[in-house]
Amino acid sequence: MSARDEVLARIRGALGDNPADAPPVVRAYREAGEHPPGSAAVVDQLVERLEDYRATVVRTRGADESVGIAIAAALDAVGATSSIAAPGVPDGWTSATPVCIRDVGTITPRELDRVDAVVTGSVVAISETGTIALDGSPRCGRRMITLVPDVHLCVVSVADVVQSVPEGLARLDPTAPLTFVSGPSATSDIELSRVEGVHGPRHLVVVIAG
Amino acid sequence: MRIALFVTCLGDVLFPEVGKATVAVLERLGHEVVFPQSQTCCGQMHTNTGYQHDAVGLVRHHVDVFERAIAAGCEAVVAPSGSCVGSVRHQHAALARREGDEALALRADAVAGRTFELSELLVDVLGVTDVGAAYPHRVTYHPTCHSLRLLGVGERPLQLLRAVRGIDLVELPAADTCCGFGGTFSVKNADTSTAMLADKMSSVLATRAEVVTAGDASCLMHIGGGLSRLRTGVRPVHLAEILASTS
Amino acid sequence: MSTFLGMPAGRVPGPAADTAVGQLTGNRSFPAAARDALGDTRLRRNLAHATATIRAKRASVVGEVPDWEALRDAGSAIKADTMARLPELLEELERNVTARGGTVHWARDAAEANGIVLDLVRATGADEVVKVKSMATQEIGLNEALEEAGITAHETDLAELIVQLGHDKPSHILVPAIHRGRAEIREIFAREMPDVDLATLTDEPSVLAAAARTHLRELFLRARVAVSGANFGIAETGTLTVVESEGNGRMCLTLPETLITVMGIEKVVPAWRDLEVFLQLLPRSSTGERMNPYTSMWTGVTPGDGPQDFHLVLLDNGRTRALADDLGRTALHCIRCSACLNVCPVYERTGGHAYGSVYPGPIGAVLTPFLTGVTGGHDPNDSLPYASSLCGACYDVCPVKINIPDLLVQLRAEHTEAHAAAHRLPSAEAAAMAAAAWVMSDPARFARAGRAAGTARHGIRRGRPLLPLPPPLNGWTASRDAPSPPAETFRDWWARTRGGRS
Ligand code: SF4
Repeated sequence: MSARDEVLARIRGALGDNPADAPPVVRAYREAGEHPPGSAAVVDQLVERLEDYRATVVRTRGADESVGIAIAAALDAVGATSSIAAPGVPDGWTSATPVCIRDVGTITPRELDRVDAVVTGSVVAISETGTIALDGSPRCGRRMITLVPDVHLCVVSVADVVQSVPEGLARLDPTAPLTFVSGPSATSDIELSRVEGVHGPRHLVVVIAG
Repeated sequence: MRIALFVTCLGDVLFPEVGKATVAVLERLGHEVVFPQSQTCCGQMHTNTGYQHDAVGLVRHHVDVFERAIAAGCEAVVAPSGSCVGSVRHQHAALARREGDEALALRADAVAGRTFELSELLVDVLGVTDVGAAYPHRVTYHPTCHSLRLLGVGERPLQLLRAVRGIDLVELPAADTCCGFGGTFSVKNADTSTAMLADKMSSVLATRAEVVTAGDASCLMHIGGGLSRLRTGVRPVHLAEILASTS
Repeated sequence: MSTFLGMPAGRVPGPAADTAVGQLTGNRSFPAAARDALGDTRLRRNLAHATATIRAKRASVVGEVPDWEALRDAGSAIKADTMARLPELLEELERNVTARGGTVHWARDAAEANGIVLDLVRATGADEVVKVKSMATQEIGLNEALEEAGITAHETDLAELIVQLGHDKPSHILVPAIHRGRAEIREIFAREMPDVDLATLTDEPSVLAAAARTHLRELFLRARVAVSGANFGIAETGTLTVVESEGNGRMCLTLPETLITVMGIEKVVPAWRDLEVFLQLLPRSSTGERMNPYTSMWTGVTPGDGPQDFHLVLLDNGRTRALADDLGRTALHCIRCSACLNVCPVYERTGGHAYGSVYPGPIGAVLTPFLTGVTGGHDPNDSLPYASSLCGACYDVCPVKINIPDLLVQLRAEHTEAHAAAHRLPSAEAAAMAAAAWVMSDPARFARAGRAAGTARHGIRRGRPLLPLPPPLNGWTASRDAPSPPAETFRDWWARTRGGRS
């Protein structure tokens, strides 16, 4: 018997002829927060939670030019002199930033390691947990580009901010390559105290637009 | 109300004062206490040490005895022990089912439904928090694990203690940490148990209380045994004894 | 193995995990190993500090979730449903992973899983792999198996790195180096990291984390093969999930060409939607964060993004043994958050090494013996179910509501029953328990015994017995005074003062 068939047979044997039907799953938890997506309350909460995790948060108006100015200022503030942008970010986001290349899918990890910052959009943000989701779409970029540079500048549009985890997951396609980011890279491995900055970007700058 | 006392094996043989105090408190409040003399033990030690088959015989006996007491007009069964009530409530029916005795399981559940730990009986069933006690001593309360987590007695013992006249009740640091007793754990893992006991004793001593109290004679025996070995002078006194005291 | 009383008829448990392969058993019983750990001052201090920190953090972030109990109920129910439908769900997972370009392998036990991974690595021609922290690969001893075949496995999680560089063993399922303090970690790094700058290496956690970043960066950039575990595998979509903090997981899951994921069969969940429950329960229970810094999810292979060669190895290794038992099955619900370890008063004092298995603490004390079986003899794992005072703190915090105290009690029964089946003569303990049950099942016998105990008080002076007690009872009197039995039992007092009233 193949390992596959044998493991499946073992499971069926362990469950018995009459596997006890488990009772139906009751979902009595909150399926949505009390505040609607994009409301001032959820945006404020997102800012508070991101800052609690030592992310830098910048707020700006929604127009691409405003976002572009905010991005240029934020990159300057962290001292980033070179950057790469996800292929699908609007031109206006990077027009004020002098050295910003577009990812066309050919850059190697080693080359990426010499780039200071990465600029991307995002698909959804969850305010209760301070989480931003990236889905590998042209605005979010390939997973590699948001990982190797030391600064991740991520634009969140106000309309994409939801309060709860269930609302956030409902907006995502599970088969896309997903990355949830909640603050900069961190560890609690030394004496269980959280310190920011290990292998992922040590600086997370979030530009909230709208 | 007519109340059957389940004094517990430990209370019967080693700590009779706890049972006497329970009787005194309930009688002072105007209730009738009966003591079904054929009672023995809830079987918890057997169950928790891995002798479930032996325990089932004790469960059957316990159910027989207290079923008769209930039939004879007792509206409640009280035990001055959180862990024995925990065993009656959370283990008896399951043990019967494990042996395939569904009828016993149903009877055990019926008895368990009438069985209360002392603070539960006083506060929930009898609706009193001031039992008219006086106890002019500095006291700290250890919420034993089974009272706290298995039964969820919560604030009830503290409500009762706060109403005691003259008492100087001080909060125990890290109160909800186990004292390390755990029945046969204290002998099978004597070193770990002792390490836990040492921390519990430090907490007790930090309160500068004269008396440490709890709703379980077994945990008190453990904490008290350690405090006595170190000649700390701190006395273990069961909750029932404080509530029975009037001077 | 024996079928135990709790198992409903018609179920056939799978074989026990082989304790000779991997790391599911130690070489000493728990009490013996614990005794040494209890005397280790530095260990005691490190553990007390770390567990107190994490307990406070967990309590505060759990306290801010208004529907925490409803989430726990749902988490527990989803897991119970998963176990009941396990064959269908695994087949569904396999179908979906395969449809999206991944390859699924099945492993009956640790040796088979190691062999599969080894062949896959060999096929790439690589002589090293980068690893994301994974309990499953610890359990099967994958690193040692690769090492034997000349392939270097680099642990990349900071705590795993500390353990690996320190030639040590993990002692916690989330923070394997919890037993180390910052000063010890600095010593290890100073000794083992070839390029580290000793002048600037202090014992500040941020400095140590930065040293790990520098040390591993080159490795990530050159690695061609990664090995990971998985927190969840979603049957409905074929999506795998890894929850982490540092970004080492993302590095391993994204940069190499080949990714091999080893996952226990119990880690499957039915639907995408179920993650909305677990992604709320897990981070708050484990690191005490509202959300862990990074969660990665991937489904098979995505052209142009991440590894283009993906393999999923589904592992049994004793899980089908646990599955056959109603309570053992609930031990498989564990999402490895480690909350039960952090609140356990036993774990806090002994640390994880005393348990011998890679799964320490309360869940380890049940999961390990359910996977390996209890023999009824002197196997170290036979001592694990007794390594608890049954205080119940673990059950209170478990995000999927595993009733660990009940499982411990059940395993104790399984152990005594296995012992009875394997030996013609009952153990001294079994004989004593049977005698006690015999006495206690009859009120007259019990009353006589109680009176006899009263006379025993003459054998106790100032809390100590006049004659030495035999083991294990001397364990009590070594550090505690024994109570002096009263002159009169309660029942005799009642009979004397209340007459025949009953
Ligand atoms: S048993 Fe529960 S608390 Fe312990 S690690 Fe598993 S999920 Fe967490």
